[in-house]
Amino acid sequence: MEDTFMFAVLTLDATLRVSTPLIFCAMAGLFSERSGIIDISLEGKMLSAAFIAASVAAVTGSAWLALVAAICVASGLALLHGFACITHKGNHVVSGVAINILASGLTVVLGISWFQRGGQTPSLPSSARFMPIEFPFTDALNGTPLLGTIYKELLSGHNILVYLAFLVVPLTWWVVFQTRFGLRLRAVGENPTAVDTAGISVSGLRYRAVLICGLLTGFAGAYLAIAQNAGFVRDMTAGQGYIALAALIFGKWRPFSAFAACLLFGLLDAIAIRLQGVHLAGVGEVPVELIQALPYILTVILLAGFIGKAVAPKAIGQPYLKER
Amino acid sequence: MSQNSSTLPRWIDIGLIPILNVAMALLVSGLIILLIGESPLEAVQIMIQGALGYDEGIGYTLYYTTNFVFTGLAVAVAFHAGLFNIGGEGQAYIGGLGVGLFLLLADDSLSPILLLPVGIIAAGLFGAAWAAIPAYLQAYRGSHIVITTIMFNFIASALMVYLMVNVLIKPGQMSPESRVFLDTAHLPFAHEIFAWMGIKIARSPLNISIIWAAICCIGLWLFVWRTRWGYAIRSVGFNEKAAVYAGITPAKTIMLAMFISGALAGFVGVNEIMGVHHKLLLNYTAGYGFTGIAVSLMGRNHPFGIILASLLFGVLYQGGAELAFEVPTITRELVVVIQGLVILFSGALAYMSTPWIEWAYGALSRRQSSAGQGEG
Amino acid sequence: MTGTMENDGKKRGPGDENSPAASPSAIKLTDISKSFGPVRANDSVNMEIHAGTIHGIIGENGAGKSTLMSILYGFYEADRGTIEVDGKTVKITSSQAAISVGIGMVHQHFMLIDTFTVLENIILGAETSALLVAGLEEARVKLQALEDEYGLNVDLNVLTGDLPVGEQQRVEILKALYRDARILILDEPTGVLTPQETAQLFKILKALNREGVTIVLITHKLKEIMTITDNVSVMRAGQMVAHRKTANTSAEELAELMVGRKIINEIEKSTGQRGQPALKVEGLTVKSAGAVPLIDDLSFEVCAGEIVGIAGVSGNGQSELLEVLSGIRPFDTGKIFLNGRDVSPQHLCDPKEVRGLKIAHVPEDRHRLGMVTNFSAQESSILGYQDAAVYNSGPFLDLPTINRECRRLMEGFDVRPRLPEIRSANMSGGNQQKLILAREIDKGPEVLLVGQPTRGVDIGAIEFIHGQLIELRKQGCAVLMVSVELDEVMKLSDRILVMFDGRIVAEVAGNKADEKMLGLMMANAHSQLAQAETNA
Repeated sequence: MEDTFMFAVLTLDATLRVSTPLIFCAMAGLFSERSGIIDISLEGKMLSAAFIAASVAAVTGSAWLALVAAICVASGLALLHGFACITHKGNHVVSGVAINILASGLTVVLGISWFQRGGQTPSLPSSARFMPIEFPFTDALNGTPLLGTIYKELLSGHNILVYLAFLVVPLTWWVVFQTRFGLRLRAVGENPTAVDTAGISVSGLRYRAVLICGLLTGFAGAYLAIAQNAGFVRDMTAGQGYIALAALIFGKWRPFSAFAACLLFGLLDAIAIRLQGVHLAGVGEVPVELIQALPYILTVILLAGFIGKAVAPKAIGQPYLKER
Repeated sequence: MSQNSSTLPRWIDIGLIPILNVAMALLVSGLIILLIGESPLEAVQIMIQGALGYDEGIGYTLYYTTNFVFTGLAVAVAFHAGLFNIGGEGQAYIGGLGVGLFLLLADDSLSPILLLPVGIIAAGLFGAAWAAIPAYLQAYRGSHIVITTIMFNFIASALMVYLMVNVLIKPGQMSPESRVFLDTAHLPFAHEIFAWMGIKIARSPLNISIIWAAICCIGLWLFVWRTRWGYAIRSVGFNEKAAVYAGITPAKTIMLAMFISGALAGFVGVNEIMGVHHKLLLNYTAGYGFTGIAVSLMGRNHPFGIILASLLFGVLYQGGAELAFEVPTITRELVVVIQGLVILFSGALAYMSTPWIEWAYGALSRRQSSAGQGEG
Repeated sequence: MTGTMENDGKKRGPGDENSPAASPSAIKLTDISKSFGPVRANDSVNMEIHAGTIHGIIGENGAGKSTLMSILYGFYEADRGTIEVDGKTVKITSSQAAISVGIGMVHQHFMLIDTFTVLENIILGAETSALLVAGLEEARVKLQALEDEYGLNVDLNVLTGDLPVGEQQRVEILKALYRDARILILDEPTGVLTPQETAQLFKILKALNREGVTIVLITHKLKEIMTITDNVSVMRAGQMVAHRKTANTSAEELAELMVGRKIINEIEKSTGQRGQPALKVEGLTVKSAGAVPLIDDLSFEVCAGEIVGIAGVSGNGQSELLEVLSGIRPFDTGKIFLNGRDVSPQHLCDPKEVRGLKIAHVPEDRHRLGMVTNFSAQESSILGYQDAAVYNSGPFLDLPTINRECRRLMEGFDVRPRLPEIRSANMSGGNQQKLILAREIDKGPEVLLVGQPTRGVDIGAIEFIHGQLIELRKQGCAVLMVSVELDEVMKLSDRILVMFDGRIVAEVAGNKADEKMLGLMMANAHSQLAQAETNA
């Protein structure tokens, strides 16, 4: 009993850690896609941000400076995406693929050129990282049977970016559904002509949306390289940008639903790691690969309309052209 | 996918602009090499020397080219139907599984003469099946094919890991690889064929799959531009409403285009599994599916353009490996960077230069016509 | 489009309203011109709208009304000309600018976001604060006052997409009023409304007008102009051809002004040879997604050796009729007969089957339906017949034959240049149309459906196309032609059916029709007049 409880708490604890970049990216994608810009380049932006964060942290020793650099680079790529999709009315998917491939190549090329470590950045000391924050009274509460464990193992002991990710969700909801900007953002993804006739610049709104997207992917990348890990490893995002995209779709482009999907997908990942090689009674060895593929399978099933219906913003992926 | 500038003459539209776009991509790549602190010119020299300067290099270059032709054609045929198939990577992976499974089952029982054609069919069918699911979901259930094909890449990868680690692994072995196929199930390497003819060339992974790639180029060209099914595919891609008017069913056409696309991507498995590795293993697709996007965009979705683009990427891959070997500060991933830039400039920003060229062309032809009037 | 048309607007007619008693002008347009490529959508348009009036602008489709209003609303910028609002010259470069000088617009296609509540839709772009809640509450108060004042009842909390169109339109009006519009432009507001909803709308417009709002009503329906407006301006082919006080004009005069008198060459149109009914339609009904009937219980027949013309302002169900008859669009109820045989099942959305019945179709919109502009001419010349045995040999398209056949079609129909390899997009409109016509006629159809046979086609080609249709009729083909060009309909048709709101509202013998009468019928304002004519 005690063991099962501990296993559950530790799995959930791991879930929070794996979900954090997904949450940042899903919220990033939400801003972009709600404005009508398809963003499959979450992966590439996050990867670039991770690389720059690790590099800057290695050189300057400042985690905060590294975070700022990560945000700048991710936003730069977001602007490039905007330049292609908004200004030049290019294909959103093609642009996204280009950025992903560019990022996966450039991070290694520059990494080897700068640090000569086969694409890795130097291992970072804890002073150059975001380290776990221990909540007060963890020891005092340790005696309390259930709550103490939950407080110590699950709630306390994460780095600041984890807590920030959980704040970003209500913040995203607030911005998208409670502010003037959010109203216009949602409008431009549904019917840009209506926005134009209401006297608001379609391009301006969309550029702002992709910039916010860049900003949030910057956080995600920084988290991977200088919080969760102590440096950059090539292709360290390993498809998490796509999982976040899947979570966004799975959550039907709504902040809290997407957040729940991120947690679900994070949980699947945490369980998969823990069940590696474990024999369960009656089931035998659990195919870990199946659990890892579940986010993708679930998203496909959802998209096929077998469980509910994910309706994308109506004008998504279409360049805005005045009629005629 | 059928954006077209109509005011410019054809040679500018399909000649000058694509070349300009690739040139811009290469220019930016050069700047990146400068940024690293190396000389771009020297890099180009090493790459060309490494890729085309001696027989082993040429062999490798053409071996890579073979894969790019398959994946490039796969992307192109989907493009012609107005679809973006990002799933080439997964389809290639599953195609390899198809030919691998077939050879594991039948390499000792079937006549060696039949192994090649049936192997090709197996790879094609598996790849096609893997593309058919997203195609079906797009055609009949309205799910966006871009997202589903991305998802299917990951599902393919998970499936392969599961099968290799748990099912197909050769017993008593650590690394997740199957047993090696019988010798009769190996496609002949180019150096072997040349050796039979008494010509000695260096060993390379180049094998007779390249002939199948050439056949596919011609076949696809014939199919797209010379048959009524290709006609239907292009109608749907250019103008779905006109296709409906003409009695063409878009849903069926989407299925057909994706089926062929998946089969073409699956043929990478023939080259890799039957031609080079002679066993099933992990990660043999190595990003070829994604390179196919760059190849197709650069080659303007035409087999002839795709051959040229595949050759260029073959040179880049092989030359890039050589470059990484010669210049320690440069890695093979430079090629990935160039690939990304090609997709950016030839794809997403393909029409960036068009207004300028239209302006220049307009100014030029005005000057010419006014000069002509002056004379007359 | 010829520019040689006489311009009634420059002459002072008896109905002209420039009396000194008129109220000050709310909008004055001087010399407004706008071209889209070679098309002159507005050509030196002058117009004055007096404050506090309801001003109608009437004209056929494509006369330039919507373009003019889009310029006024800042959606397009005029190439030339000045706009004065309340006596001051203003530059309207964006919708924002138009809103700030007090102009509001209700677009033909509503500018609403289906997934927003009514309240959210109304305040979009005019939010009073960066936070939504505060802005929404403030707006709610103001809107309540507006609703009370004008009797515009809309539930502010429901999703806009769930509302019937009539209410969506009220949301659009509220949107404009919320922005303090004193000049309200409505672009074809009744096109999507039921008669009841139209009555309701007019009540609202009158109420608004009483409160001092100037209203500009763009429409092609004469009845509406006569019922509600104070003044009316008539547009034709991009030009403003007349201004009248509604009280001093009649529907007949407006119809004539709107349609214009165009010189048509009479064509040798031998009568007789009319055979058995070839195409017969019984009780055909097609409903839109919103269950509004697009075609409403339609019955008619076309005989062999007869040209039946369908006249009507576009958007009254003609396009849908052609789409149903050619198998592109499914229908809800009704029957279709070919030579007495019920072919309704084949028509349930299968263009291939329909082609097999020897029903050919020259669609209204060449670029959207009739050809693939990215195809070569020879590829476009087999569209719809790509599976035919002539064009295929084994698995391959027989390109030499296709090329030869295309060249033959081009020669037979004088398509220039005679290059089967040319990209379809690079051919002129007339030549594109001739090629499509050649393709369809060449198969020897028993029924030819043809929509807008000469839209965007030069004069020479028009004559040629008309000649071909007459020739086809002589050979015993049943021709059903839809056209908004009245002269064309009158010139070619043996019988003319007038469509309005998805129904046939009148039938006239071709030789007995005249523009005035048809204009009235098309605007469904004919009643007794038409009755009298057909009885005669």
